[in-house]
Order: sequence, then C-alpha cells, then structure tokens
Amino acid sequence: MAENTNIHENYKRKKNKEEMKQQVITFALMIVFTLIAFGMVMADLSKLFVIPVLLVLAAVQVGFQLYYFMHMSHKGHEMPALMIYSGAFVAFMTVLTLSVLIWW
Amino acid sequence: MSTAVAQKKGFGAFIWDYLTTVDHKKIAHLYLVAGGLFFLVGGLEALLIRIQLIKPDNDFVSAGFYNELLTMHGTTMIFLAAMPLIFAIMNAVVPLQIGARDVAFPFLNSLGFWLFLFGGLILNCGWFLGGAPDAGWTAYAPLSTVSPGHGVDFYVLGLQISGAGTLIGGINFLVTIINMRAPGMTYMRMPLFTWTALVTSTLILFAFPALTVGLFLLMFDRLFGSGFFNASMGGNSVIWEHLFWIFGHPEVYILILPAFGVFSDVLSTFSKKRLFGYTAMVFATTLIGFLGFMVWAHHMFATGLGPAANSIFAIATMAIAVPTGIKIFNWLFTLWGGTITINSAMLWALGFIPSFTIGGTTGVMLAAAAADYQYHDTYFVVAHFHYVIVGGVVFGLFAAMHYWWPKMFGKVLNETLGQITFWTFFTGFHLTFFIQHFLGLMGMPRRYWTFLPGQHLETGNLVSSIGAFLMAIGAIVFVINVIYTSVKAPKVSGDPWDGRTLEWSIPSPPPHYNFKQTPLVRGLDPLWIEKMEGRKGITPAEPLDDIHMPNPSILPFIMSLGLFIAGFGFIYQVDNLSYLWLVILGMGITLGCMLTRSVKDDLGHHIHKEDLEKEGAEQ
Ligand code: HEM
Ligand SMILES: [Cu+2]
Repeated sequence: MAENTNIHENYKRKKNKEEMKQQVITFALMIVFTLIAFGMVMADLSKLFVIPVLLVLAAVQVGFQLYYFMHMSHKGHEMPALMIYSGAFVAFMTVLTLSVLIWW
Repeated sequence: MSTAVAQKKGFGAFIWDYLTTVDHKKIAHLYLVAGGLFFLVGGLEALLIRIQLIKPDNDFVSAGFYNELLTMHGTTMIFLAAMPLIFAIMNAVVPLQIGARDVAFPFLNSLGFWLFLFGGLILNCGWFLGGAPDAGWTAYAPLSTVSPGHGVDFYVLGLQISGAGTLIGGINFLVTIINMRAPGMTYMRMPLFTWTALVTSTLILFAFPALTVGLFLLMFDRLFGSGFFNASMGGNSVIWEHLFWIFGHPEVYILILPAFGVFSDVLSTFSKKRLFGYTAMVFATTLIGFLGFMVWAHHMFATGLGPAANSIFAIATMAIAVPTGIKIFNWLFTLWGGTITINSAMLWALGFIPSFTIGGTTGVMLAAAAADYQYHDTYFVVAHFHYVIVGGVVFGLFAAMHYWWPKMFGKVLNETLGQITFWTFFTGFHLTFFIQHFLGLMGMPRRYWTFLPGQHLETGNLVSSIGAFLMAIGAIVFVINVIYTSVKAPKVSGDPWDGRTLEWSIPSPPPHYNFKQTPLVRGLDPLWIEKMEGRKGITPAEPLDDIHMPNPSILPFIMSLGLFIAGFGFIYQVDNLSYLWLVILGMGITLGCMLTRSVKDDLGHHIHKEDLEKEGAEQ
C-alpha cells in the first residue's frame, strides 16, 4: 500500500513537472508571438499580409490558453471541448453566411 | 399538495417560501403558474383576433389595436407561455430522471425564473401605458424602428430581460445534465426527455445570443438614435431579419424537441415497451439540433437573397424532414405490438402524431423556395406553424402535464375531464387551422385586420373562428380539472403508471432532497430493470448519509426587480432625461445584489442522517 502511494506520488510529481515545463514554454511562446505581432504592425508591412498572420497568431494563442493554462487537454474535459468547438463552428458559419449574404 | 402546507404555515410564509425558493420542484410550480397565466392571456388575445375575423369587414377592434393583439399573441405564446411551460416540465422532471438532488445552480435557476417573469410583465405593461408592441412578433425593421409610442420599446426590454432568464436556465440545465447524473447513468441510458432537454439547452445557449444582439441594436436604434437598421444612415434593415431568424428558427426547435421527449417517454410507458430505436432517436434529436442552425434563411426566401442562397437553404431545410421522419416511425414502432393503455396523456401523444405530420408536410412544401413566393405571408404559413406549434408543442405540454401531474402534486388529473379537454381541443384545433391552409392558397394574407366580402373567404374564416372557441372550451375544462383534482382527488402512490424511469422510484411529490440515497443506474429504463428482476425499488449507490442542500435566497427576486425598474428608466428617458435616475436606481439594486451574493458565503445546509432515518420509519 505504502509503496503504491509512493509510486503514485512519484508519477504525480513527474507529471506536474512536465506540465510546468510545458506551461513555461507556452508562456514564452506567447510572449514571442505578441512581440512578433507588435513588430509586424510597427514595421508597416502590407496589410494584406499582416492581418491574416495576426489572426492566425491569435487563434494559436487561444489554443495555448485553453489547452495549457485552462487544462482542456486533461481527461474529463471532452464535453466543454465539444461545446466550445460546436459554438465556435456555429458562430463562424453564421458570421460567414451573414457577411456573404449581406455584402456580396 | 402545496395548499395543505400553506394552511399549516400561513399565507405570508407560503408566499415567502416561493419568493425565495431554490428548489427545482417549486421553481417548476412557479413556471407552471406563470406560464399558464400567460397562456390564458395569449389565448384571450387569440379569441379577440378570431372574433374580429369572424365575418368580412368587421370592426370589432380597431386596426391599430388588432396589430397590438396580433403582436402580443405571438410574442406571449412563444416567449411567455411555451418557453416557461417547457422550463416547468424540465425543472419538475430532469433532476429526477437523472437521479440528482437538485440542479447544478439552484440560485441561477431561481434567477432565471424571476427574470422571465419580470420581462413578461414589462412586455404586458404596454397595454396600460399607451399601447402594446405592434410590429409583429418578428419586429421587422424598419417597421419596428419607426413604430410610434413606446410599444416596441416594451417588446425590446421585456424580451431582453426574459431572454437573459432563458439563457441562464438553459446553461443551468446543460451543466446539470452533463455533471449531475447518478452513477451508471451514461449518456446512452438517459431517458429521451432528458436527452431532448440537453439538446434544447444547447440550442438555447447558441441561439439566444443572436436575439440578445439583435435586441440591443434595436434598442439603440429606437432609444439612443443609432442607425443599424436605418438605410438612410448607412444601416441595413435586412440584418435584423437575419439576426432574428438565426435565433428564431432554432427557437422553434427549442420548443419542439422537449415535446418530442415527452411523447417518447409517454408512448413507451403506456405501450409497456422500451422506446423503439432509442439510439436512432438520440441521433435524430442531435441531428435536428445541428441542422436547426443552418436553415434560418428559409424565413427570408422572399427577401431577395438570390437563387443560389435560396437553393442552399431550401435543401438544408428539407433535410430536417429526414430525422423528423425517423422519429415519427420510431414512435409508431414503439406502439406496434405494445400493451397499450389509452388515457389522457396517451391521447395527446396519439393525437400529436398525425397532427404534427401534417405540419411537417406543409413545412417541406414551404421549403421549396420557388413555391414559397406564393405561400409566404399568407394563411398557409399561419396554418403550418400552428400545426407544428399547437399540434406539437402544446399537445406535448398537455401530455406532459397529464403524465407528470401525479409526480409533481401527488394526484392524478381527472380522467373524464382530461378526455373532454382532449376531444374539444383536438377538434377545435383542426377546425381552426386546417381550413387556413386553403384560405392561404386562396390568397388571404396574414396579419391583415379585415378581409372583403365576396372573395370566398367568409366560410373558411367562420369555421376557423368556431374552432378557436372549441379550443378555448378545452383549455377552460383543463383549468377546471386542475382545481377539481386538487380539491377532490385522492393521493396516489409514487408510481401510478407502472413507470420505467427513475422519477417513478420516489414518493409523489418527492421530498425536497429527491433521493434519500443516490440511485445506481444499471441500464436504460432503470426502474423497469429492477422491476423485471423482482426488486421493489432502485438499488442505492451509496449508504444513507447527511445530505447537503442549498439555502433559499430572496436575491434573485430583488435582482430581477432591479432590472424591471431599470427597464422603465431606459424606455422613458427618451421623453425626459430625469428618468435616467430609474436606470441608476434599478441597476444599483441589481449590481448591489450581485455584490452581496459574491461577498457573502452561502454554504447551504445539511439534512442529517438521523432525521432521514426517522422519516423513513414514518413512511
Ligand atoms: C419538417 C420540418 C419543418 C420545415 C421544413 C419547416 C419549414 C418552414 C418554412 C420554409 C417556413 C417559412 C415560410 C414562410 O414564411 O414563407 C416556416 C415557417 C415557420 N415555421 Fe416551420 N418548418 C418545419 C418545422 C417547424 C417546427 C417543428 C416548428 C415549431 C415548433 C416550426 C415553426 C415555424 C414558425 C413559427 C414559422 C413562421 C414564423 C413567422 O413567419 O412568423 N416549423 N417553416
Ligand atoms: Cu424556420
């Protein structure tokens, strides 16, 4: 029993360490992304290039936020994930259709 | 019933109990009473409409008043009658069906109710304050942005407040069903009513924000001089139509899905069979929910979206008929070979199948975009949506009330009166609306105040009006039944129908903690499984222990009252800026309540094991 808990403890500690490492890495990446974003705007690059890249960076950051800081990668988060994705999908489709129908 | 408790406790304590309750069963009573009263108001408006249309060139009501009646009838029936009555049934049944002691957020549950009620009151205040809303329940701009007086303002703020309540209620049920199921209650073991409640709550979560946004834009256009829907200021009135129907079409499925769930449970209980094609039913429910978001523009075929958009939306719309058809056949196969009991609840379910099928058929006809240019804005559309909403949603609510009344109040509704209600209402319904298909095809436009003589419209309208009175009689008999039952009928056991699902395993009405011990679910129709194995009740999943319950609170009521006051401030500050004080006062009350709620710990209370054991001995 005691040994069992020990193994468990060890596993947990290792897992925590792993997670901490990932969080630091994503945090650093997010800062880099932000710098890139500001840099691109200040460098006066073509709008056609900057806007899509900004959007992609933003999307990746949201993903980081959800998966690494809000623990969506953990077990038991399937339902929230499903809800978020279907919500995002519905919103995306709606906005897309609306803009196509109204401004075409 | 609760009246007995009231006499013991005194009237004031009884009222206070309901004002502060966070118990899902009592909130169900509140929704039932409030929704029922609004249903009667909406019905009265419908009767006045039908009296006006009983003969050509009638002037029973004025044209302006007719517009108000028509608008308020639609708005009331959808938002203030059908929605809350569905919430009443969901509150009464869902926690019991999943083996939970309460909902996930009892405080929010009560807040949802009070927001709905105060929103509904604002809407109806228009009648006494210079004119009710009169731009149709769809409130199309620019009619709604230029409609004089404050009528449409009551619509905007009333719906905004009650819509917030609905959104809160939907989120609460989502979390409840996902997180609070008893051990063993997997998704694929949930009763179909719980499944439909889950999908409906998801639809509420995704659809109501579109209405919220639309109403905000409309509010700014009307009250603060913006021009979102005003073409002369660079706005676009078609955006309102889109926003309204992005919400509006899912809304009709929000209403019908729980009714589907009711029929599934009722048909399976009274056929003594498990539901035929359970998996297919679940699949069809989610598919309908999903497709429901992709079809909104079928309400706008005649707006001029162009042939490409019209074709896409026409095909998407027709696709919904497929999962709906799956459901119809599964209900029929559930009946097939069953040991069928026919009583009031079952009659509503049996009457629903052909009635709703007619509504679905006309739906597919309307979905043919080219043909819809003819049907649109005629009585054909009126006939279609009443066939699906009355023949589907209202029949479903009646079935649910007859079926679950003993669970809610411990007494079975009188069977003779129940059958009288069914037959008068059913006959009246078909008399009223079947003929409207033909009136529509003959070219009678909807929402008109009068029609002319000599155009062959007289007989149809007369028949339609007669039918409306039959429906009114049916509704009145139901009210009599409720009163008669609560006074005269004897108490019944917890399981009067020989039920299959968890709610029938506990006493009627249930104790306020529902389950003394959380039940262990061993399959679909858990109670039936235990019965088949010769056991009396459900196997518990835990030993008897202390039960944690939430505390009652008056804050939800005061919060909603605050928004009610602020609503009037917003409406009247156009006339006189000093009304902004009402906004500040109202918002202050609401925000103050929110602050109180946040800083004050409310840990709930425990029911002790010893007390539970004592209660067990008494029974
Ligand atoms: C087979 C499924 C269905 C199809 C294909 C369908 C199709 C349609 C179409 C194309 C329209 C627009 C007609 C027009 O304005 O010209 C319409 C209107 C309407 N439908 Fe359905 N429908 C279906 C089921 C339902 C259900 C289940 C409900 C409600 C429970 C419903 C409620 C309504 C309402 C309220 C309107 C009219 C809204 C208004 O203009 O005031 N429909 N339907
Ligand atoms: Cu629709």
